Amino acid sequence: MENNTTHGPVIRTVGLTRHFTRGKQTIEAVRGLDLEVAAGELVAFLGPNGAGKSTTLRMLTTLIAPTSGSATVAGHDVVRERAAVRRSIGYVGQGNAAGHQFRGRDEIMCQARAHGLSRSDARRRTDELLEAFDLAEHADRPVAQLSGGQRRRLDVAIGLVQEPPILFLDEPSTGLDPQNRVNLQEQVRRLNADLGTTIVLTTHYLEEADALAGRVIVIDHGEVIADDSAAALKSALGDLVALSFASPDAAVAAAARADRVPGAQVVVDGARVELRAAHGRDTAPGLVTDLAAAGTPVTRIEVVGPTLDDVFLNLTGRSLRENQSTTTEGAAA
Amino acid sequence: MSISLTTPAAPAAAARRTPVVARPVGVLADIGNVLVRELQPVLRQPASVLFAMVQPLVFLGLFAPLLPDTGDGSALQWFVPGIVAMTALMSASFTGANLSEEIVSGSFERLLVSPVRRSSLMIGKALREMVPLVLQTIIIVAVATPFGFDLHVGGILVGMALLVPFSVGLGALSLALAVAAKEQAWVFWTVQQTVIFPLLLLAGVLLPLDGAPGWLRTASDVNPLTHIVEAERALFAGSFPGETVLYGAIASLVVGVLGLWVGVRRMNRAS
Repeated sequence: MENNTTHGPVIRTVGLTRHFTRGKQTIEAVRGLDLEVAAGELVAFLGPNGAGKSTTLRMLTTLIAPTSGSATVAGHDVVRERAAVRRSIGYVGQGNAAGHQFRGRDEIMCQARAHGLSRSDARRRTDELLEAFDLAEHADRPVAQLSGGQRRRLDVAIGLVQEPPILFLDEPSTGLDPQNRVNLQEQVRRLNADLGTTIVLTTHYLEEADALAGRVIVIDHGEVIADDSAAALKSALGDLVALSFASPDAAVAAAARADRVPGAQVVVDGARVELRAAHGRDTAPGLVTDLAAAGTPVTRIEVVGPTLDDVFLNLTGRSLRENQSTTTEGAAA
Repeated sequence: MSISLTTPAAPAAAARRTPVVARPVGVLADIGNVLVRELQPVLRQPASVLFAMVQPLVFLGLFAPLLPDTGDGSALQWFVPGIVAMTALMSASFTGANLSEEIVSGSFERLLVSPVRRSSLMIGKALREMVPLVLQTIIIVAVATPFGFDLHVGGILVGMALLVPFSVGLGALSLALAVAAKEQAWVFWTVQQTVIFPLLLLAGVLLPLDGAPGWLRTASDVNPLTHIVEAERALFAGSFPGETVLYGAIASLVVGVLGLWVGVRRMNRAS
């Protein structure tokens, strides 16, 4: 098997751009993406529907060619060395990997053979994956008869058949009920931790990007607007500390003292003071003691950590949650 | 709503047990893999193919009696090879119909990202359509023989082999059409029907074109199916006229190569 010991990024894009033409209109789905992903990273592309996440993934997996710019995956150019890219990656698309009139076992076998496993290896590997994804008893039924959760597990099993060094997952948990979603996330995390598989996934679920990925790349209108760990993205925004006082006068007096906290933005609202600061949860206890000593005791305190939605809202002025109309598990059953 | 929510065992740990040794896949193994995949639903539900067997028998039963009988079974001798060629035309042009479902569900996309060659994908899918064709031919010949059809097994085998490139090429075109028309299913059927019937009528499958006006004869001459049907008629009659068979084989190969070329190009642009 190919040994990608090349140092440097396993995924690299330079000015990656894709336009679509619909009638007379040109849609710039991805605009000049410059990106590097190192071996063993677990990266989430986060953004609203239509942000360009899937288009980027489809270029990296050789499904569509870039309009301009270039990309390499596992050291191979996605346009000139498509065959080599395809051998190096696993892909779980938005749809079902297994054809609906086929059987799960046959489809895993087919994928294993396509990747050059011998017949006996392919059979063993198929059994392993069926067992690992709890699909053994459904393996010989037509895929059309499986539940949404079972089909999604089958999709992932097929994507992993050749133990790819790089795995792409496009909206892996869309249409899954919450528990299946958590299971899937656990499997993805283990794959990354135990086998060192480089994983790139797209999601519009904030919780998923937050819980799963070591690195979150926020994409909006075809461009990267933030790229860091979820913790770093959030801590840059700071915690919200809401303090209540006995009277509006006390609040005004307290706000003057709270203003001394480095980097704090302070807003007074009646008898309430709201303060956003980088390490709000660490400074809050000291602040409360200080205010009590100054004669304006705090009657109630709330500390709220920022969410990735706050990050997105801060960057774009829009909330990601407004786009999340499909958070229910409707499509699963 | 799915209830089977038992937490699966660690997949990553399980993934370690079989060392995955991926070797380069040869073209034939690649095609074989696709063909085996495509045949599985047929093997598991043979009834689906049996139903397709009826159509050529309907033509044979309802149309053959209308042909002028010269007394020695020559009407059947003339008609049977044409029906076999027609069946090949029909089944190959349907190849893309099953693809629409795979495009919508996502399994086609998975195959496009896999190392399977585009050409293998198309050849494998088109060859799958040859399997019912072979079964249909056996049934047609078995039914026609007691009624005066002169059976020449060797000629029929060569005739079937001659249909392979034609079926693969037409199958590839049908797949390309399905990819191009993926957003509107009616486009696929409209184009398929618009192309199939002129090809069929101009090839002289149902009626001889002997008394046809000049323009119709010219149109018939540029129809590859005409030459294939003529070769089939000679072969099914047990004769082997070199020139006729050669023209038939060339026509079949031209369709095969052209179809695959167009098909691979279309699939490489598939989005």
